[in-house]
Amino acid sequence: MTAEIVLQAFRFGFLLLLWLFVFAAFRVVRADLFGGRAGRVASVPPRAAAARKRGGRGPRHLVVTAGPLSGTRITLGEQAILIGRADDSTLVLTDDFASSRHARLTNRGGQWYVEDLGSTNGTYLDQQRVQGPLLVAPGQPIRIGQTVLELRS
Amino acid sequence: MAAPVNGPGTDPRAALAPGAAVPTRRGTELLLLGFAVLITLAAHLIIDITVTGSPGTEMVTFGVWFSALWGVAHVVVRRFAPYADPLLLPCVAVLSGLGLSMIHRLDIAGEQFGGNGAASVDAPVQLVWATVGLVLFIAVLVIVRDHRALSRFAYTLALVGLVLLALPAVLPNSEINGAKLWIRFGGFSIQPGEFAKICLIVFFAAYLVDKRDVLALASRRVLRLELPRGRDLGPVLLAWVASILVLVFERDLGSSLLLFGIFVVMLYVATERASWLVIGLLLFAGGAFVAYQLFGHVRVRVDTWLDPFAYADTGGYQVVQSLFSLGTGGLFGAGLGGGRPDQVPVAKSDFIAAAIGEELGLFGLVAMIVIYLVLVERGLRTSLVVRDGFGKLLAAGLAFSLAWQVFVVLGGVTGLLPLTGLTTPFLAYGGSSLVANFGLVALLVRISDAARRPAGAAATTPPKLTDAPTEVVQP
Repeated sequence: MTAEIVLQAFRFGFLLLLWLFVFAAFRVVRADLFGGRAGRVASVPPRAAAARKRGGRGPRHLVVTAGPLSGTRITLGEQAILIGRADDSTLVLTDDFASSRHARLTNRGGQWYVEDLGSTNGTYLDQQRVQGPLLVAPGQPIRIGQTVLELRS
Repeated sequence: MAAPVNGPGTDPRAALAPGAAVPTRRGTELLLLGFAVLITLAAHLIIDITVTGSPGTEMVTFGVWFSALWGVAHVVVRRFAPYADPLLLPCVAVLSGLGLSMIHRLDIAGEQFGGNGAASVDAPVQLVWATVGLVLFIAVLVIVRDHRALSRFAYTLALVGLVLLALPAVLPNSEINGAKLWIRFGGFSIQPGEFAKICLIVFFAAYLVDKRDVLALASRRVLRLELPRGRDLGPVLLAWVASILVLVFERDLGSSLLLFGIFVVMLYVATERASWLVIGLLLFAGGAFVAYQLFGHVRVRVDTWLDPFAYADTGGYQVVQSLFSLGTGGLFGAGLGGGRPDQVPVAKSDFIAAAIGEELGLFGLVAMIVIYLVLVERGLRTSLVVRDGFGKLLAAGLAFSLAWQVFVVLGGVTGLLPLTGLTTPFLAYGGSSLVANFGLVALLVRISDAARRPAGAAATTPPKLTDAPTEVVQP
């Protein structure tokens, strides 16, 4: 008969293998959620698609181009950026048309996605109202109330 | 795995405009399929080495056959449904691989000990059934080029489904273990109910897409619940009566529960009215109560569920053995080949989950459930993404039927629910169930291909020309 140590290795090794499969499957699910699903990518304006194809370094700053905070510049890191009137937001707006937790910018593999957090007056990317997470290209205006933001590299 | 990774003729991205390239993720699928085959072969090897000390002689044949099976499936998906979800196939592969390994393990146990599972060699038979399943899978993908075409045959399929469902009740000699579910010819016995399930889901989807506005809008508000009008209750009552009839004439708790559950949930998905769930539950409770009063076999199942150990020597024997088996497995299991899963009656079919729980433990069993979960999640996601109502309902119905079946079976095995005699999809020994579920997955693959296909990309054949006898070559 086979040595006990080998049997134990088999026993735990197989469970490990099984769970590795599960995690591999999870990775695919995750990539599918954030890595550009057919329907979403197709609706992104061509400029964004072009920017994405160029690749290279992603945007480095978030700049406020219009509104009371005009000129404000936030350096982008890995963390998500929370925008709203709440004090703990990354960009705290003083705008009656903004909700306290209005929108969020998230970094996924060097690309930034804007997401509306259920705000009252909505978030607009170009002229399009943001429903689900949308890919933001550098230079594309994001409008929240009276404030307009854009990504710059 | 002899599938081409990036053959020039098979790569659909070549046909797209360069800017609009949407990943088909076929490479991911191939990788995960390879992983699934690896897991299966590892399971086989571990079982052989643990029990007999050396790899079995049929290992090579099995390995080649099993890999070829999924290689072919992958190539067919690449050719006929290039945008299909990359996770559906690998999940099915790993589940059926686990099932085959467990059946192989029980074959060996049968040879060693005799005992409950009479010494029959079932794993090769199951592999043949998997091959038949693959043929159905390919046939569905090749014939059904656009899932919307199915809705035109809704009433035909409903008729086929009902006939399949009723056939065993009418035919003589269809009884195995107290339930009249089988059609036998020659040495084969098939369970037409498994195929009826799919036909009826297609019908439900087509019917509800047509009628959902009536069912959802014409309603009265009573106690914060939107109650439908009396005459709109017709279909749900019909489904209820049909499932009761199945229960009466075929003495099959499982199919009855499965069909009714699927119908109620699809009604709910179609109308977004929670009142249908309430009505369904009430009807179910009423039906269950009446069945308990009238039928001895239902009463036995319920009594053994409430207290299996009181009937440990009679009706509760199966559940008690299953619970012991799961208990023996503990957290990490006895190791493949290290337990005695053959002590549970019908371990190869109804109680294969108990066998897996004994040898792989809670961790293995949960991994298995999570893989089912991923499969169902992909189905429901397909349902969310696909752009037509029929596809949405069909995908949701198919995915839910898998989830519901797994829930009911595992509930039975673990003592959470009364035993029903449904099969664990893809895992359990049994040809009809395996073949039918391959067909079900083929439909899901077809719908997910439609869901993930970018708007501009040409379909493998233009939808409007599906009826044309000649093949149209796209420039």
